[in-house]
Amino acid sequence: MNSSKLKGNLCIAMLSFASLLRFLRICIFEHLKCCSLLGCKSYGTPEKKQSPDEKVFQEIKKSRNKRQKPMGWKCVDNCCWIVGYLCTTSWLLLFLLYIVPVSLPGLKGPEIPGARLKREGLVANHPVVLVPGIITGGLELWEGKPCAEPLFRKRLWGGWGSGFTDIFRRPVCWMDHLSLHYETGLDPPGIRVRPAPGLVAADYFAPGYFVWAILIENLAQIGYEDRNMYMAAYDWRLSFQNTEVRDRSLSRLKGQIEIMYATNGDKKVVVFPHSMGAVYFLHFLKWVELPAPVGGGGGSGWCAKYIKAIVNIGPTFLGVPKAFATILSAEGKDISLIRAMAAGLLESEFLGLQTIEHVMRVSRTWDSIVSLLPKGGETVWGNLDWSPEEGYNCESEEKRQLQALSKENNTRSSTDKSLFQVKHHKKYGRIISFGKEASEVVSSQLPTFSKDFMHSSTSANSSTSRGEFWTEYDDMSRENFQKIAENKVYTTTDLLDLLRYVAPKMMQRAEAHYSHGIAENLEDPKYNHHKYWSNPLETMLPDAPDMETYCMYGVGIPTERSYVYKMSPSDRRKGIPFRIDNSADGSDSCLRGGVYFVDGDESVPVLSSGFMCAKGWRGKTRFNPSGSATYVREYRHKPPSSMLEGRGLESAGHVDIMGNVALIEDVLRIAAGATGSELGGDRIHSDLLKMCNRVNVPL
Amino acid sequence: MPGARRRKGGSDTKKPQSGEASSSSSASPSFNKPDKPPAPPLPDKNYNIQKRNENVVKKWSCIDSCCWFVGFICCFWWFLLFLYNAMPASIPQYVTEAITGPLADPPGLKLHKQGFVAKHPVVFVPGIVTGGLELWEGHQCADDLFRMRLWGGTFGDVYKRPLCWLEHMSLDNETGLDPPGIRIRPVSGLVAADYFAAGYFVWAVLIANLARIGYEEKNMYMAAYDWRLSFQNSEVRDQTLSRIKSNIELMVATNGGNKVVVIPHSMGVLYFLHFMKWVEAPAPVGGGGGSNWCANHIKAIMNIGGPFLGVPKAVTGLFSSEARDIAFARALAPGRVDFQTLQHIMRMTRTWDSTMSMLPKGGDTIWGDLDWSPEEDYKCSVQKLMNNDSEIVGQTGEESSENANCVKYGRMISFGKDLAQESSSKIQRMEFRDAHKGNNLANTCRDVWTEYCDMGIGGVKAVADYKVYTADSILDMLHYVAPKMMKRGGSHFSYGIADNLDDKKYEHYKYWSNPLETKLPNAPEVEIFSMYGVGIPTERAYVYKLSSAAECYIPFQIDSSAEGENEESCLHGGVYSVDGDETIPVLSAGYMCAKGWRGKTRFNPSGIRTYIREYVHAPPANLLEGRGTQSGAHVDIMGNFALIEDIIRVAAGAMGEDIGGDKVHSDIFKWSEKINLDL
Repeated sequence: MNSSKLKGNLCIAMLSFASLLRFLRICIFEHLKCCSLLGCKSYGTPEKKQSPDEKVFQEIKKSRNKRQKPMGWKCVDNCCWIVGYLCTTSWLLLFLLYIVPVSLPGLKGPEIPGARLKREGLVANHPVVLVPGIITGGLELWEGKPCAEPLFRKRLWGGWGSGFTDIFRRPVCWMDHLSLHYETGLDPPGIRVRPAPGLVAADYFAPGYFVWAILIENLAQIGYEDRNMYMAAYDWRLSFQNTEVRDRSLSRLKGQIEIMYATNGDKKVVVFPHSMGAVYFLHFLKWVELPAPVGGGGGSGWCAKYIKAIVNIGPTFLGVPKAFATILSAEGKDISLIRAMAAGLLESEFLGLQTIEHVMRVSRTWDSIVSLLPKGGETVWGNLDWSPEEGYNCESEEKRQLQALSKENNTRSSTDKSLFQVKHHKKYGRIISFGKEASEVVSSQLPTFSKDFMHSSTSANSSTSRGEFWTEYDDMSRENFQKIAENKVYTTTDLLDLLRYVAPKMMQRAEAHYSHGIAENLEDPKYNHHKYWSNPLETMLPDAPDMETYCMYGVGIPTERSYVYKMSPSDRRKGIPFRIDNSADGSDSCLRGGVYFVDGDESVPVLSSGFMCAKGWRGKTRFNPSGSATYVREYRHKPPSSMLEGRGLESAGHVDIMGNVALIEDVLRIAAGATGSELGGDRIHSDLLKMCNRVNVPL
Repeated sequence: MPGARRRKGGSDTKKPQSGEASSSSSASPSFNKPDKPPAPPLPDKNYNIQKRNENVVKKWSCIDSCCWFVGFICCFWWFLLFLYNAMPASIPQYVTEAITGPLADPPGLKLHKQGFVAKHPVVFVPGIVTGGLELWEGHQCADDLFRMRLWGGTFGDVYKRPLCWLEHMSLDNETGLDPPGIRIRPVSGLVAADYFAAGYFVWAVLIANLARIGYEEKNMYMAAYDWRLSFQNSEVRDQTLSRIKSNIELMVATNGGNKVVVIPHSMGVLYFLHFMKWVEAPAPVGGGGGSNWCANHIKAIMNIGGPFLGVPKAVTGLFSSEARDIAFARALAPGRVDFQTLQHIMRMTRTWDSTMSMLPKGGDTIWGDLDWSPEEDYKCSVQKLMNNDSEIVGQTGEESSENANCVKYGRMISFGKDLAQESSSKIQRMEFRDAHKGNNLANTCRDVWTEYCDMGIGGVKAVADYKVYTADSILDMLHYVAPKMMKRGGSHFSYGIADNLDDKKYEHYKYWSNPLETKLPNAPEVEIFSMYGVGIPTERAYVYKLSSAAECYIPFQIDSSAEGENEESCLHGGVYSVDGDETIPVLSAGYMCAKGWRGKTRFNPSGIRTYIREYVHAPPANLLEGRGTQSGAHVDIMGNFALIEDIIRVAAGAMGEDIGGDKVHSDIFKWSEKINLDL
């Protein structure tokens, strides 16, 4: 069977080769004819002059002098030749690749988990809803300015569409369209950018960079298709309540869940939110049960009736410290690294390329980023002297990764050993400190400044000319920045104040939609306001005792937790006054390039993704009054062992985890009807429980 | 020189050199490779130079030239591409305007300026063939095609692996559902049918214009369904009808209670007819929406090119899987369209139940019998005049009806041109219905299964001997030649006329898509529009012959040599044509709205208002216009500005009277009067 196929393929290959050669021969003869015609002319002249013998030498000399002019010709020819050579070779290779049968033994990857589980007898049972996170969802243009005329219904963000490449062709136009209105957080006038619908919304972020695609493929193996799988695409730039106000996204999600429930034989749905989708769905849970004018009017039994389980993948329940760095200076670990390597690249004003400023201007119009700011204040994230992760040892993490390849049994002992070597705890609670010392000294040695200046309004010098890229930094004076830097250390609570100080309008806009505190008394009617719904510490889970909540996330990758900052060089009038001090390196690997790391999935620290499931909602607490079951499933990171594996079958990176075999297997089993205890309950690798015990939130 | 060329293989230089002797003669020693020892210093310098010239030329080996050529083409191409990309986006428009004069605003923009805004949510119901289908589970040969489009898009796999493709596109012969191990599902969302293939728009222009007045994803919904399945099976397998129902409810709820405007196209018209019956029928077999569902959720139904009463083309599609286009291609290149291909196509299409939904309905009463047909006075020569000036139509039509010998459109299939014109008393017909089919012993094509292979010479002869078929007898004939297929289809579709609509049997779903066997819902507020193109010759009846090929074949084919006597004849290449939109005759698209449902009839008990909007075809003025902004062709009409304007006005809240009521160019009212149907 296979060999005959191979033979057939070879035959086809030979035939097409023959025709290719025939074609080429025609081309060449044509070409040579041309050449010879051209050549005749050029030969003609020298031959005439060759007759007098003594002139020949001179002739050669002359031609040597003339060499420069013909060399130009030759260069073009050379270029053509090289290009042609490369093209032909690559075509040949492509052609060969195309002929080679797909199932060549050497290239065959391991069987995908879906196929294996199908053989075990798993079949599609509960309809599934996928809720994508921030950034990964596609956005398309529905109405735009003249510069974007040809991009109608093309992707401006993500996906296969051609609009994404416009970031290079007309960056300013592209940024204009992706920005929202600074005052309202909704569409700017004359521009409508809408989320792409359907599974294509977030299956691939860019060509070849999967997000949900692998999970979808595995689900399809056991029988899922369009009718029992729904991608709840929403505009991730908007605040959650605004997605309902503008696009009716929440209503549509509710409607789709009801449709799927009804058309699949009254089976409850399983929801898979990823990243920010987890908080979005938390918002939805609260919205759907509240009465109509502000909520979805589903009634108090809605969640119990329609939802079997919420399987959060890499959830950002308590926020991420990265969000502070993003808002404050539009950079994270990656960007500060680039800046360290090529100092001039990002801020060169050449051609008006102020990339970072542009990024900051656009991203500050997005309300959703504020939803990612750390929640729970100092109680959860630590204060000047204390933090829940303080026992964490970064060295051990690296050792563990090395040893995981050879023998996994020894890991624990070595971890324990290295734990004793820790001399002083890292002060993760100081999320931003100006200068490396400030991040390390005992709090009593810190200069005591009053932080009152932040509560006074900025001395807005309105005379500042508002340039092309306008950020609220331009409204502030240099002295204000100085004062901020002199204050040295900031905890989460301080940082929220700081943001209100440096970007008052943005925070005013966004804080109408989000809150970052801890509720004293959840019965207080003020918590019916929608700004509290996405904060797990200020809402109760719905009354659905049978609903299961999972927190699935990766561990074993250093994740940003706090930053060392410095002032930017002062020579520039506009721009961002602070930046990460990427020269700050610690004695151990916890501090590298101005960033302190803890355990996590590269984007979200363990504390943020795991705390609610491990403690906040565990058992009957005030946040989970019906006592619905929660499970924590951690996946240890193992980098891909070879290039062939692509982004890894056991990776635990924030997005790459969606291709993690173990996670996919869990996901499929849950969708096919397994309960949390059947999966094996909790599976914890990190020090999550220890950390949770240190967090003193009244439950 | 030729000698040098012949020795091209010997050279292994990687650096090309120009053919100019003057440039390289000096440099040539350095380029000499080990296999060619440097030329010995000869006393005769003349000779030396000549020799060097030869060397230089030799180095331009075949491969080098080839590389140079490819590189040159590539560079040139890239340069052009770069220029194209760097060009400001407004240039094409500028050029167009320079040639054709200023363009008219697209209707969306025009109406937006007049202050129209999105009001009623719209639902699109695509037709047959135009919707995309993607693979969710397949055999090994299609492993890498997961979630790729098998239908629509580029159709690349039709060429790459035709057999695999055919296998996946076919449905199960017995059940009309998925074959085991294969799941092909409709693409969902607006992308399902905005473009059929790259650049060939279906709904895209309409969507773009609606977007101008504020429509977007939340108030536009494409009711994509698997158009290969029978309508009820799309509910059984995919719950498509349920999902359409819920989505309409959802859109009404989230858009402030504004009812939806439904825009079905082509077969989608029948599908939506089925839906309206289904949604109000009680739960086990219907949607359980209650008897007021349509009244509460639908504002208007704007049918575009609807084959309400079927299309004659569907008969030939099933009978010999050809139509005018294919018969024409076959006449041009007899060997090219081989029977094997057609047979493959037939084998695939015969598994699709939906093709049977479009067989002509209403039998001889609607489509005419041996001597009579509603369109008999239609004059084909009018066509050319109409393209120039549509006002002459009325006059010419009257004049011609006197002197023309009427075309007998009622004879949908006749074997031989003479029989198509003979008066009925002279035709001798042999009954085929009970004829023995015989055994096809010479049948070598068991692998390519069509039911013709089960039929012997006797059966073929019996079919041909009946000579002339009308709409009624065609159904019998299809039952005779393809019993299994018609049995499968017969449980989903019906083609008759109801005597008594209150009969209990009409609660069965197979009647729901036939407008002559169902009542419209009780929703007096709803408006039904029938919008279609006119002015294009449309297939109506066929002249057939027995095909001559030997063994494995489809025994019948359109006699493409049958031509009319003169230019004015309606017969071209074995096909009689009437007025229509190239696919659907006016009668089928317009009759229900012109007469069957007009006023309070038994098919329309609540007196839903109906309107007919016809659009006269005008071919695109020049190439730049693409498929034209005034086209009346079946699919191209979706880019017709007048039609789009009508739709936008209704979607923004206008009633039928506001947009001008009926707009009729053809003789539809006259023809409708001739049909003797109890109303």
